[in-house]
Amino acid sequence: MKKIASVILCAVMLFMLASCGNKDNPQTDTANKGGAQVYFLNFKPEVSDVYKEIASAYEKETGVKVKVVTAASDTYETTLKSEISKSEAPTIFQINGPVGFQGWKNYCLDLKDTRLYSYLIDKDLAVTEGDGVYGIPYVIEGYGIIYNGDIMDKYFALSDRATDISSVDEINNFQKLKAVVEDMTKNKKALGIDGVFASTSMSGGESWRWDSHLASVPFYYEMKEKDNDSSTLSVAYSAKETEFKYHNNFKNLLDLYINNSVSDKGLLSGKSVNDSMSEFALGKAAMVQNGNWAWAEISNVGGNKVDAKNIGYLPLYMGFDGEEKQGLCIGTENYFAINSKVSADKQKASIEFLEWLFSSETGKKYVNEKLKFMTPFNTFQENETPEDPLAQSVLDWMNRDVETIEWTFSSFPSQEFKNSFGDAMLEYIQGTNSWENVRKSVIDSWKRERA
Amino acid sequence: MSLKKYFPVFVMPTLIAFLIAFVIPFVLGIFLSFTEFTTILDAQWTGISNYIKAFSNDDFLNALWFTVKFTAVSVVTINLAAFALANILTKGLKGTNLFRTVFFMPNLIGGIVLGYIWQLIINGVLKFFGVTITYDPAYGFWGLVILINWQLIGYMMVIYIAGLQNIPSDLQEAAKVDGANRWQTLRNVTLPLVMPSVTICTFLTLTNSFKLFDQNLALTAGAPSGQTAMLSLDIYNTFYSKVGWEGVGQAKAVIFFVIVAVISFTQLILTRKNEVEH
Repeated sequence: MKKIASVILCAVMLFMLASCGNKDNPQTDTANKGGAQVYFLNFKPEVSDVYKEIASAYEKETGVKVKVVTAASDTYETTLKSEISKSEAPTIFQINGPVGFQGWKNYCLDLKDTRLYSYLIDKDLAVTEGDGVYGIPYVIEGYGIIYNGDIMDKYFALSDRATDISSVDEINNFQKLKAVVEDMTKNKKALGIDGVFASTSMSGGESWRWDSHLASVPFYYEMKEKDNDSSTLSVAYSAKETEFKYHNNFKNLLDLYINNSVSDKGLLSGKSVNDSMSEFALGKAAMVQNGNWAWAEISNVGGNKVDAKNIGYLPLYMGFDGEEKQGLCIGTENYFAINSKVSADKQKASIEFLEWLFSSETGKKYVNEKLKFMTPFNTFQENETPEDPLAQSVLDWMNRDVETIEWTFSSFPSQEFKNSFGDAMLEYIQGTNSWENVRKSVIDSWKRERA
Repeated sequence: MSLKKYFPVFVMPTLIAFLIAFVIPFVLGIFLSFTEFTTILDAQWTGISNYIKAFSNDDFLNALWFTVKFTAVSVVTINLAAFALANILTKGLKGTNLFRTVFFMPNLIGGIVLGYIWQLIINGVLKFFGVTITYDPAYGFWGLVILINWQLIGYMMVIYIAGLQNIPSDLQEAAKVDGANRWQTLRNVTLPLVMPSVTICTFLTLTNSFKLFDQNLALTAGAPSGQTAMLSLDIYNTFYSKVGWEGVGQAKAVIFFVIVAVISFTQLILTRKNEVEH
């Protein structure tokens, strides 16, 4: 009986093996044409579904399969590290600028001769080394202080306001911003808000709006002073040390944020970016520092009270001389790179996919309407820009006669530098450390991480 | 002869699994600690420079000291509490089974979830004082101790209960007849006989506390300024948030392994000595 059973079992297993083998053969044939040729490791979780749609649209049009995997928020490097050592490695991945490129140097293909590179309006934006072009930016983003126009109008309509400023457009330096914000805090009951600024989120992994974005401004000025002719990104990248010269300017705005916040200072370390975006969306705060990517988040908050027509940006004024001419912080942290270690076929297919996405009618439509990217490519006409109000406001600021602040933070030495900056800032905010120590810690960790 | 013939059939699957899942990664890990690499396939030999770098700033030593303090405190508290609970729940009280189940339950919840739950609870309490758990490293320390106690006491309790139930009742009765009071029975009869359980429980709590990672990540993530980062978290941070420091993270991991191995072996030998046969 047992023997019969085992014979049957063996037969079944053999059959299964054989049938697998049969299926395999024709499949490997088609795999070369229709299998997952392009593997795109996506950085932006907020648009992961859109990329899936794009992938199926592309497959319909060209028959080339595109596999999209999205790394969860804040885990891109981890995911990439494990994915890229697999045999089916990502063919398209992204690096976050010159610093990120150093880590992935051996995996980045030279894209100098691609059409994608030729589309780039400002060739200086690409990540280059020597003659090679290794990272191509695909989205331009801008950040500053987002304000809720309705609440601002309410304030300017107050009869007993202490300032003589009568519209947001008149705020063009730190003194005016401070005067308005502090007066708004005094009148917060009348305005129906809990605080002028949404919570300065400081919980673990959520402090990037301050240790990267806000910090970019003082470092932009410092690096520009060092060398006025080249991009502050490359000056910062080659700087072995920093003085953190404008730490007081940084402190000006940070203090303004935390002293006029929705939450008490001591509780900020429990707040996440989501918390503060929903405070803004629900009208509990009048202002929040973030970039145009935040629109999706604001408009998705249930019961959001922000009027899309009445929302705009203020630059990050910190009390620099002549900051009346300062604009928003505009740049990118998102560069496409093609994996140099996969087969030439796959590389070609990947480049073609990206070129299709940013130059074909279908592709461009997805980019504008679904991904809502402002791209740095000349394939997009002037009317082909995303409709969301924050992106429009960024475009508006780009066209004004102001000096745009670069994303100098993308040349900060390492994530560890930003983390320790954020940690020190948190201690300052909750009152367990002095500002002088924050300054010292920034200077020290820059030196240490650059070494 | 026939044993030899069947050797591959019975041992090979386990052996292969052991090789793939343990020996190969282990050897590879030690090798990588002497190299500079981004992914494990393109490593360049750099000698012991990673080990030097690992000690070049205070992070690692701070994390080590924090871990040692944490482990010392939690091993004591967990075992005392678990033993006390086990003692109570073997006395045949009403609802014993219900209590055993309830105490065991926290152990079934994942570390990350536990971490976030306790973060909410602790921050909720500290809110009355206008601060959060990141205000002072001591808050993070005691938060972690409470968390690990809550999670491990139930598990250790079950092991102690098994040990206590194994003690022949005639020994306890004999002690009673000889006029020993409760404390004397516990000290001279019960304790020596549950030493095997003590060995297992100290081993488990020691290694679990020492290797704690997800609870640490979720509860404090090292805040403020990495002062509550334990060794595993420090290794993780070194590996993932510094460009080019992957090898150093690996070197720290090897040192970590050696420390854990030495401590747990010493502990095993020491507690084994105190076990008695009956």
